[in-house]
Amino acid sequence: MDAIVVEELRKRYKDVQALDGVSFAVREGEVFGLLGPNGAGKSTTVRVLTTLTKPDSGRALVAGEDVARHPNRVRSKIGYVAQDSGVDWEATGRENLLLQGRIHGMSGRRLHARVDELLGLVGLDDACDRVARGYSGGMKRRLDIAIGLVHRPKVLFLDEPTTGLDPEARAAMWVEVERLAAAESLTILLTTHYLEEADRLAERVAIVSHGRVVVEGRPEELKRGLQGESVTVELRETNGHVEQAERVVSTVAQDVFVEGTNVRARVANGAEAIPAILGALDDAGIEVAAVTSARPSLDDVYLHYTGRDFTTEDEAGSDAGKPGVARPERQGANS
Amino acid sequence: MQLFRHTGWMVVRQVRNLMREPIWIAMMLIQPMLWLVLYGQLFKHVGAQGASNGSYVEFLTPGVVAMNAFFGGMWSGMAMISDLDRHVIDRFLAAPTVRVAIVLSQVIRAGVTAVIQALILLLVALALGVRVHGGVAGWFVVFAGAALLCAVFAGFSHGIALLMRREASMIAAANFVGMPLMFLSSILVSVALMPGWISAIARYNPVNWGAQAMRNAVLEGGNWGATGTYLALLVAVTAATSLFATWCFRAYQRSI
Repeated sequence: MDAIVVEELRKRYKDVQALDGVSFAVREGEVFGLLGPNGAGKSTTVRVLTTLTKPDSGRALVAGEDVARHPNRVRSKIGYVAQDSGVDWEATGRENLLLQGRIHGMSGRRLHARVDELLGLVGLDDACDRVARGYSGGMKRRLDIAIGLVHRPKVLFLDEPTTGLDPEARAAMWVEVERLAAAESLTILLTTHYLEEADRLAERVAIVSHGRVVVEGRPEELKRGLQGESVTVELRETNGHVEQAERVVSTVAQDVFVEGTNVRARVANGAEAIPAILGALDDAGIEVAAVTSARPSLDDVYLHYTGRDFTTEDEAGSDAGKPGVARPERQGANS
Repeated sequence: MQLFRHTGWMVVRQVRNLMREPIWIAMMLIQPMLWLVLYGQLFKHVGAQGASNGSYVEFLTPGVVAMNAFFGGMWSGMAMISDLDRHVIDRFLAAPTVRVAIVLSQVIRAGVTAVIQALILLLVALALGVRVHGGVAGWFVVFAGAALLCAVFAGFSHGIALLMRREASMIAAANFVGMPLMFLSSILVSVALMPGWISAIARYNPVNWGAQAMRNAVLEGGNWGATGTYLALLVAVTAATSLFATWCFRAYQRSI
């Protein structure tokens, strides 16, 4: 059975079509990643699925309940960890959890036992009786996740769970999410604009762009779907040569994309294509500083399906774009 | 049942958070104290404006309690803005929280604050020689009037907070609505001394109902019929503004 079914969701804010027919399905028990730059429609989708806002049209089922027709039934079956922390700063960690449990109709020993269990699970045992105002960003985030889990939901929504965390806290959060997914046998819908995060955590991803899902599948499948390798050529100089280089490389490779002084392209076989690319550039009199090749990353998948570079669209996104697009490790060879 | 339970838990949250920051109750009292002590002395020779044979401070005391409760309610929506900014509201809305309970807990918190402030103001007034002529019932009316007057405008203020969602807009709205309502009431001057058109408007001004009920209780200790009517009207308007604030959740949710 599918834990989440989304069909043709559309929603328009004054002059922005935030959702333009989003459709996807999430299987029970899986970690599903909604991947896309800021402003692509990920958070709006989550707000519809968590009953916070209504779509203009389309249908969505969460844990078997229609979000428009039975919002309260949906609410009692989901946990929602918003992009921005929902922690009450003036209350202690424990008080935050107790209140959330009570809203969900829990009480007495059962509630207190669950709260203790969660405080241990997210590692807040020591800080739980301090007011949350003094918590670090990572601690607030972990408390948020505990708040989302207190009533043992069937589906957990994690909207950009690691945005704003430093790399160390982010790595810790990934371990946390992996552990929770296993321990609580949850269905998790995760949104992220970190490709690396989706690659690491999600069993399946849907890439969202301009309010639509452009492709859906397992990260490895999507990468395998792009046959060959991704080649990056770093030019020694820029004045006017970049466009020329783009044209030259296009004659021997596909999906060519310029990024600063780098020209990226996809080729069937790196070992054969690199000499050809270097030769073509040499003939054109364009100097090359370095060439690297790598297996396609989700980055390349994104470029392939949207025709846009991830970073470029991120900056053009309607939200304040935060830097931090993960780059795959490239097995490099200087020319 | 669920409504009462949820309201109860939300009130626990509000009161607990309030107790952790009691300093601001004191902060909010500074201005009314200035009114009571300085303004009261300034107009000392005005007397009780024919309402009774007491002093101007005695006349002014219920007015200052009313003003304090009214503006306390008017500003209480700031707490909603802070909860919105910290996304605590989204967290409650994505859970099966009874919407009215969120508003009611804020209104009750504001009302409790107003009663505490009314008590402090009355004690200071006693030291200035003011007597509550209505006796125990008079004290009760002052507290009830303060709580209800505050609650009426707390409901309104929370609705505005959900519609505006920005502190600067809130401050503008509170001043834009608050100042005229104060001057069109008997907070500073008795109804008998108002120009006809102002007293005509004041009849329909909830701020005036609260001020009149409290003034009856302090100055005369009589006229309970009119006082009861004023309090009943305030209860009705509190219900209306609280429902308005609850309805504003829809507007808020449409916009996110």
